[in-house]
Amino acid sequence: MQVPAELRYTKTHEWMRQDANNEAVVGITAHAQEELRDVVFVELPKVGQAVKQGEPSAVIESVKAAFDIYAPVSGTVSRVNEAVANTPQLVNQDCYGKGWLFAITPTAPAETASLLSSEAYEKQIKA
Amino acid sequence: MDYAPNTDTQLEEMLRAIGMGSFEELISAVPAELHARELDVPAGLAEPQVIALGEELAGRNRALTEMVSFLGAGCYAHLIPTVVDALSARGEWLTPYTPYQAEASQGTLQAIYEFQTMVCELFQMDLANASLYDGASSVAEAALLALRATERSRILVSEAVHPHARETLATYLIGSPATLQEIPTVNGVTDLEALGKALRDDVACVILQQPNVFGCLEPMGQAGHLAHRIGGLFIASVYPISLGLLQPPGAYGSDIAVAEGRCLGSPMAYGGPGLGLFTTTAALLRKVPGRLAGCTVDQAGRRAFTLTLQTREQHIRRERATSNICTNEGWLALRATIFLSLLGPRGMQELARLNLEKAHYARERLREIPWIRSAFDQPVFNEFTLQFDAAHPVETVNRRLAAEGFVGGFPLAEWYPTMPQASLWCVTELIGKPSIDRLIDVLTRSG
Amino acid sequence: MSMSGPLIFERSVPGRRGYAVPPGDVPAVPPGDVLPEDHLRAAPPRLPEVAEFDAVRHYTRLSQANFSVDTHFYPLGSCTMKYNPKLNERIAALPGFAWLHPLQPAAQAQGILQLLYELEQLLCAITGMAAFTLQPAAGAQGELAGLKIIAAYHRRKRRARSTILIPDSAHGTNPASAALSGFTVIQLKSGPDGLIDLRELRRKLTKDVAALMLTNPNTLGLFEREIKTIAALLHEQGALVYMDGANMNALLGISRPGDMGVDLLQLNLHKTFSTPHGGGGPGAGPVGVAKALEDFLPVPRVRKVGTRFRWEARGRATVGRVHGFYGNVGVLVRAYAYIRTLGREGLARASRAAIINANYLKVRLQDTFPVPFDDHCLHEFVVTLKALRARGISAGDVAKRLLDYGCYAPTVYFPLIVEEALMIEPTETESKETLDEFAQALRAIAHEAQHNPELVRRAPQRMVVDRVDEVKAAREPNLRWVEPDPSVQAAGSKPHAAPPLGSG
Repeated sequence: MQVPAELRYTKTHEWMRQDANNEAVVGITAHAQEELRDVVFVELPKVGQAVKQGEPSAVIESVKAAFDIYAPVSGTVSRVNEAVANTPQLVNQDCYGKGWLFAITPTAPAETASLLSSEAYEKQIKA
Repeated sequence: MDYAPNTDTQLEEMLRAIGMGSFEELISAVPAELHARELDVPAGLAEPQVIALGEELAGRNRALTEMVSFLGAGCYAHLIPTVVDALSARGEWLTPYTPYQAEASQGTLQAIYEFQTMVCELFQMDLANASLYDGASSVAEAALLALRATERSRILVSEAVHPHARETLATYLIGSPATLQEIPTVNGVTDLEALGKALRDDVACVILQQPNVFGCLEPMGQAGHLAHRIGGLFIASVYPISLGLLQPPGAYGSDIAVAEGRCLGSPMAYGGPGLGLFTTTAALLRKVPGRLAGCTVDQAGRRAFTLTLQTREQHIRRERATSNICTNEGWLALRATIFLSLLGPRGMQELARLNLEKAHYARERLREIPWIRSAFDQPVFNEFTLQFDAAHPVETVNRRLAAEGFVGGFPLAEWYPTMPQASLWCVTELIGKPSIDRLIDVLTRSG
Repeated sequence: MSMSGPLIFERSVPGRRGYAVPPGDVPAVPPGDVLPEDHLRAAPPRLPEVAEFDAVRHYTRLSQANFSVDTHFYPLGSCTMKYNPKLNERIAALPGFAWLHPLQPAAQAQGILQLLYELEQLLCAITGMAAFTLQPAAGAQGELAGLKIIAAYHRRKRRARSTILIPDSAHGTNPASAALSGFTVIQLKSGPDGLIDLRELRRKLTKDVAALMLTNPNTLGLFEREIKTIAALLHEQGALVYMDGANMNALLGISRPGDMGVDLLQLNLHKTFSTPHGGGGPGAGPVGVAKALEDFLPVPRVRKVGTRFRWEARGRATVGRVHGFYGNVGVLVRAYAYIRTLGREGLARASRAAIINANYLKVRLQDTFPVPFDDHCLHEFVVTLKALRARGISAGDVAKRLLDYGCYAPTVYFPLIVEEALMIEPTETESKETLDEFAQALRAIAHEAQHNPELVRRAPQRMVVDRVDEVKAAREPNLRWVEPDPSVQAAGSKPHAAPPLGSG
């Protein structure tokens, strides 16, 4: 199972990548997309929307289930991935790349400390 | 008589196979204090006795087989082709459940897909669901959708929308922060000036009915335009039979259009089951209540059908579902599908025209009677409101008519106390000219 | 060509007629003479143009692509797919019922009013409740009416109550109905025996709880033994007990919810009382209440005055109406005929046979698939197919393979507290021979799962279509047919601009 070392993780299977321009890009992990199986629909937040750490900010749907996606950190939604809205299977095909969901401009950078490292996340999914 | 095939001997054998000495032992989880005494229900009956009982009760009703009825008011008597009854009575249509196992339910699923398509064509809307309970609850569901879609909190509904729809909507809103405001009418149609004044940017939707509860045709295009100007949705409640002639709701900018669809091939049955038709625009797809059938392919690439977008529904989304509906009115939707396929485009046009002509003939003849006039000066389809003079109370006239085998118009005072002398008359294709002429005779003699 | 064949639209031939609308017998009126032009439809609706016989063959052939209770064993848990007696159809079709207008004066409708009045009384006798409304059109609408009554009751008592407790084994309609009534749902985790855990209940039973919604027997087919204690706990807190009566087929003549301390419940007449499901409806979901809640019932209510019956439109504390007119009367007539046919002995025998059938089938299957909450069940039980995961087979795969064996599938993946669940409800109208055949089929599939798992994973193979691509259906919603553009077809390419939600 792919768990890139440079990313931070949540217990609820989101990954987050802090960009140079202080933007946090969010997606779901390979483990999560595998559990979900075929993603058929992604409901993204609106650009400019305020999100709070640990609160539902997007929804990913498979044929028979709907899953909330929780914001890894608080902030304002700066960008959303329109491609994934039109082609939801990108989440299955490339969850750490083209299948990213949305980006946040964090308002409480200290929150990042509460996220899991790749080792810690890997341990969690194996447990 | 019961329908359980296993004999008592077999049931005993099965109990032994379960390892039980008695049925009581098997249900030991039910505490003794909760065991029911013998039910206070009459002893069972054999088939001929049930038929006799049914016929006796049915015989105490004066149904439209023995009466000529001018009642409409939300429930309309229309022809039902023999083929609709014959086909829909097949066990393969009548006795399956909701088509959750698509591969063993292709008949029902394809029929729903055809139904959705026909309703879209009739309404000129983007999409239709597989049905809701009835016209009244469809109005309520439409308003709930508008609240979700706009994230606003006020609903404006014309007082010329059927009172059952308005009352059902009010019940559905118990416990919701949303508010409901009624828009008055002037000369039998929604007062657009009052509507304009009530419209602010917190209005989620405006609801009108076409033709409205008084039978009058509403200025739907203008009302819809007003709703859209403040960013609200426009909801139309329509009469499917009228759409053979009248502008479809898609043509005047409805965001959601609903209807009571029982008139498409199902009997009145004292008002139910109904058939809630629910249509909307592509933009609102993800917020639609109820089931949707979709066309896809099977493993071999052949066309196949399945229920789809089920994540909106209660069995998956639970408390966040778009509605709590599960069972709908599938069998009536099938009947409507067969009805519409038999009638076709020309049949629907001719049927609507027949209703229009008979209603206008009857209205003209009725207005010739000196103590009767039209309550409103508005165009109508097959239903209209009459005003009797004070010397002719509606109830008295109707009693007189009942003795002559007629069911007179519906006394509107029951719904609109400020209209004591008004009654609502409907004439469908089932009423022949001789009946109308005889009605006029009886009423003239009553003068 | 698949068995179901083309769509009715694809059978359309311009000018073909399927029904002759009678000629007019009043003076013809051009619509434009009496209706303003802007009210008129520009073009007729694009409905199919077929002959009567085209429609007959089309919808007959299509029907044959369905499994149904009449044609196949249909052990769909929680849905009570029992035989739907033909006699009930005959009674409902009597013109005195079918051709009755709901606004005819009561004097012209005494027969139907008496039937509805008696049906309410019969349902009171069967359930032990004090009063019923017959208006809700289905179980979920009954729940909705019940929750509005709960809200109205607390408002009248001037109590602010905003939460509903619901066990995690509940039907999805329960939380959906609660949310639709403005309540917050708090989930109760089931105990290790699959029943309501009293400690969990006590912990979550605050002064904010309006009601507990439970299903009894629950969705595992287990009777809530502590129901009286549970009801007493709720009542001590001023809260109510709502029972989802979807599983009432287990209790006829055996135990009455009214005696358990239940304050209100809905019945599903299309389950317990044999009215046909019609491929998804109509149903009927009457709501029964204890005496203290009677004033809140929807209106109108049928009343008996002397020997006459009439509608009473107003109620002091009513929640209002949930449906046009009086609900699904055609369904109510069928249920009445059923109850009168079975009578007190027949009803009791039905539940008794349903319980024996379920337990017998459970025992026949116990060596094949384990029952996670193993106790004597009532009318249904749940097995888990977790063990097949190692072979790459899911409960859904087994369900599909059952279709090949000529059985409709049990309810899958429900209740949510059981992994890889199959929920099986045989009902009383199936014979021992059918149950034996079904057990044999499941055993055969379990064998296939070990020796030829691919066969199970690829099932079904004997239906009119192979396994349906639900992912494509959800990713590319095609919810209506659209006539292909002939010019594009002639060019041999796919249309590039398909209309929204349609096939092209």
